[in-house]
Amino acid sequence: GSIDSTVRCWDCRSRRPDPVQVLDEAKDGISSVKVSDHEILSGSVDGRVRRYDLRAGQLYSDYIGTPITSVCFSKDGQCTLAASLDSTLRLLDKETGELLGEYTGHRSTAYRLDCVLSEQDTHVGSASEDGNVYFWDLVEGSLAVTLAVGRSVVQSLSFHPTLPCLLAATQGQVQLWREETFQPEGDGPG
Amino acid sequence: MAASSSDGEEEDLVSYGSALQPLQEGERIKKPVPLQEQTVKDAKGRYQRFHGAFTGGFSAGYFNTVGTKEGWAPSAFVSSRQKRADRTVLGPEDFMDEEDLSEFGIAPKDITTTDDFASKAKDRIKEKARQIAGVVAAIPGTSAFDDLIGPSKITVGVELLRKMGWKEGQGIGPRVKRKPRRQKPDPAVKVYGCALPPGLSEGSEDEEDEYQPEDVTFAPKDIMPVDLTPKENVHGLGYKGLDPSQALFGASGREHLNLFTGGSEDTSNLLGDLRHSKGRKLGITGQAFGVGALEEEDDDIYATETLSKYDTVLKDEEPGDGLYGWTAPKQYKSKKRSEGEVKYIGKILDGFSLASKSSTPRKVYPPPDLPRNYRPVHYFRPVIAVGSENSRLQKALEESTGKLESDTAQQSRHALNASQRRERLGETSLKGPAPSVLEYLSEKDRERLKEVKQASEQQLKAKALPQQSQNSRFQAASPDDASHKWQVLLREQLANAGSSDFKPFARNPEKQRRYESFVKSIKQGEKDTLEHCSDPSMTEWERGREQEEFFRAAMFYKSSNSTLSSRFTRAKYEDDVDKVEVPRDQENDIDDKETAVKMKMFGKLTRDKFEWHPEKLLCRRFNVPDPYPDSSIVGLPKVKRDKYSVFNFLTLPESTTPVTQATHEKIQQSNNPSKPKKPSRWDVSDKEKEKKDSISEFISLARSKADVQQQPPAPAAAEERETGPSESPATEVTNEEKDQEEEESRPSMDLFKAIFVSSSDEKSSSEEEESDEEEQTTTSVVDSEPTKQVDLPGSSSSNVQENVAAATDPGVSLLPAAKQELDAAEEFGPKLPPAFSSGRFCRLLIRKEKHRKNREKHKTKKEHKHKKEKKKKHKKQKNKGKHKNKKSEKDSSSDTSDSSDSLSDIDTTGLSPKELLRR
Repeated sequence: GSIDSTVRCWDCRSRRPDPVQVLDEAKDGISSVKVSDHEILSGSVDGRVRRYDLRAGQLYSDYIGTPITSVCFSKDGQCTLAASLDSTLRLLDKETGELLGEYTGHRSTAYRLDCVLSEQDTHVGSASEDGNVYFWDLVEGSLAVTLAVGRSVVQSLSFHPTLPCLLAATQGQVQLWREETFQPEGDGPG
Repeated sequence: MAASSSDGEEEDLVSYGSALQPLQEGERIKKPVPLQEQTVKDAKGRYQRFHGAFTGGFSAGYFNTVGTKEGWAPSAFVSSRQKRADRTVLGPEDFMDEEDLSEFGIAPKDITTTDDFASKAKDRIKEKARQIAGVVAAIPGTSAFDDLIGPSKITVGVELLRKMGWKEGQGIGPRVKRKPRRQKPDPAVKVYGCALPPGLSEGSEDEEDEYQPEDVTFAPKDIMPVDLTPKENVHGLGYKGLDPSQALFGASGREHLNLFTGGSEDTSNLLGDLRHSKGRKLGITGQAFGVGALEEEDDDIYATETLSKYDTVLKDEEPGDGLYGWTAPKQYKSKKRSEGEVKYIGKILDGFSLASKSSTPRKVYPPPDLPRNYRPVHYFRPVIAVGSENSRLQKALEESTGKLESDTAQQSRHALNASQRRERLGETSLKGPAPSVLEYLSEKDRERLKEVKQASEQQLKAKALPQQSQNSRFQAASPDDASHKWQVLLREQLANAGSSDFKPFARNPEKQRRYESFVKSIKQGEKDTLEHCSDPSMTEWERGREQEEFFRAAMFYKSSNSTLSSRFTRAKYEDDVDKVEVPRDQENDIDDKETAVKMKMFGKLTRDKFEWHPEKLLCRRFNVPDPYPDSSIVGLPKVKRDKYSVFNFLTLPESTTPVTQATHEKIQQSNNPSKPKKPSRWDVSDKEKEKKDSISEFISLARSKADVQQQPPAPAAAEERETGPSESPATEVTNEEKDQEEEESRPSMDLFKAIFVSSSDEKSSSEEEESDEEEQTTTSVVDSEPTKQVDLPGSSSSNVQENVAAATDPGVSLLPAAKQELDAAEEFGPKLPPAFSSGRFCRLLIRKEKHRKNREKHKTKKEHKHKKEKKKKHKKQKNKGKHKNKKSEKDSSSDTSDSSDSLSDIDTTGLSPKELLRR
């Protein structure tokens, strides 16, 4: 994903410098790209989430309206989560594009903040500009927990794919969050 | 071998040598080996073969082959990394055989005396002899051979002398006290060139003997053989030629100080070249290369001044200066010299002496005093008084700077525009072509622009007239009063404009020239501009027309300033190719999506689905079968489209509105030849059509529901909603007028409009049609009729679809009203509902543009009807109100946009068949 509003696919095997394919459908810079086994998901500042389905040969473009900061697939591959600059996370049905849930409460207006889904798709998490990490219940959409990570913007966030384990980066710091029961080197409540 | 005494039985005989071995019985006497069969063997018993090399034959390598029995022993690789430090330089000895190093080889390694231990005297004597011989001999330099044949050992006589205390270089005899000088050489004698009494050996000392230590004895001087050779060459006086000993051996560079130059003059007179034998003048004194005999200083050209050439230790004798025994310090000599001599450094030619009186010093005149505030930089500041006689010059200045000098004085830094600042700073103008915007437009567009311009300027003029009349009250009211006002107007504009590269008449150079002179004269504020810049051969009428043209062009230049135009670039596509590659499927207008997002109706409304062809390799890497195995397309499929179709550039819903017959025909004309073969986006697949239908279906469904729900409120109320809370119909009319005015005084929009040429104004033209139904009833009917007709069969027959068709019926009349509403919205900009986002607004603008353009197109014909139309539109708007407000209750914030969106969607479905028809 590039600020020149393209997603470029390179072939790592051939070591060719030119991209295999350039997906230049976006009208503005690409802020986030995720890849599943047969899909490419891109969020763009033009307010659209585009999903290139290689298997079906289709491009699905979902209009959100405000610049997308981060997108991700759910673990079950049925939904896509899109964070946008209107301080909202939206859970969209992948197939139909319907809105399954909206999550608000955090602040995301200027930074390119990450959103995550927990390891079992039970919670939706997002970094925030107020120094917290917010987690919502995926189904109910209610704010489940707020982690005070730092005083400044939480720049980056990523969730462990299989374990309840969270990495958050803020102010030159990377913090690892584990659940409370986790003993050995856990440094915070999960 | 003495073999004679063999066999002798007597014991008293003396025998020499060794006896041969006694012969055995019956053995034959050995034959001596013949000479040619005799072989020489070396110490190891190898045969020595005579190769004629070096010492005359040796066995090379292993029996004259290679190094060892096994062949060349390849040298083992040694990493130079570790061995780098102790890498040795190989000498020739490393390649020699051992025989060469033996006693008789070419490099014997026996013990020899080195130079350090050899007698020094040998060298010195030899050197002296050689020097003498070298100078005296018939062939200069032949003494070098003496070195080769001279005895290498010190003779017995020399050895004896040494034992008696003699040292090399001294004369032979008892040591003596230095006597006072017998004869002082008289300077006068020198002047008159008489021969001096020969001081021979001591001559050089003559003048330096003032300082006489008492108890110092000196060895007698070594006596040099006197060689009186006559001068038999034709060289100049003092010319000696290149000294071979100097040139060949580089010796006696140490002599270069020439301490006794002056004193040795007389000696050299007599002794001639012998002077060299003393080793005193062994530099290249001759100056064989064209340097005069006087230039003694050039002696030192090749000499190097090192400290070793000076005496640092007082020794018994000073070797090398030729004055064995005592060398006077230099300062005693210089004491004697006159001041003039000190000044003149150099050799004085024989027979000349230095002048005792120096010449009068040259008089020096001091430079004039500079004024206090003088700055040594010259800068040009031509200040030209405004006058008739130098108007030409002023004009030139004005052209170069783009403005009058006085202007710049008045303008503050902040009042300048970018180009003026640029000129002040001396920067170059923007890179690249900076033609005017007009050049990018076609001829037709230019015409159009001019028309627009004319209209707007007439208004402007009308406005400016009252003001101008004050300014130009001194001007006589004349038939061409208008043109004067033009001029005044123009002058103001042009004063700000930089040097113009605006060439509106570039196709007609003659006309362009005239135009330029016209602009020039306008800039200077001249009257009767056209009289002298127009072609005299033209008729009055033509002249008048051209003047008009020039005015308009000059006025237009305001908006297309060079700073703006330099931002444009040349067309990427060739002009004659009127097809462009455009993605077949565009993401639809975001307006409806916007509303859908607002209503949180994600799903179908916000989703666009396109056929997308992934690269084959990408599929392989994703381990996914290629969904389109036999297509060569990558990415979104593209189609060739009309280049000037506005749909290529705007994301409008497809197939917007009916087209007027006129434009329709025009488009057909222009596109006909290429039409059949070109695939178009109207050739959409059924599936896609269905998809679109479904969307519109959805909307219309919602709308019809709302329709049922809600009866239209009072039209007046609806109108109020649209125009604003406090607007009454009466003020609305005035507002409308204002709006119109506003639109027309803004040329930039027109410009954009003109860029999107003919084929783009389909929709707005239809609106126009409808609004002036009186004139064009026929066409509009024709337009709207087929729309409906086609619509029905084109759509999949469902109830909802009929609903849509029904909706189009009001939709046709609805359109102007919608537009009207948009106009109103634009007019009362601040009161816009917050729901209008930027994207929405863009679309508004586009629509309005179209509308205006259309109006402008019709303007020439029916400008007088314009206001009437407007009013009519307003009436319609009232009718419209109910439709519009259908949804307002449901969602008041997104009301207007939503309804208009649905309208446009209806248009889409309703008119795409229409487009098909056109095809």
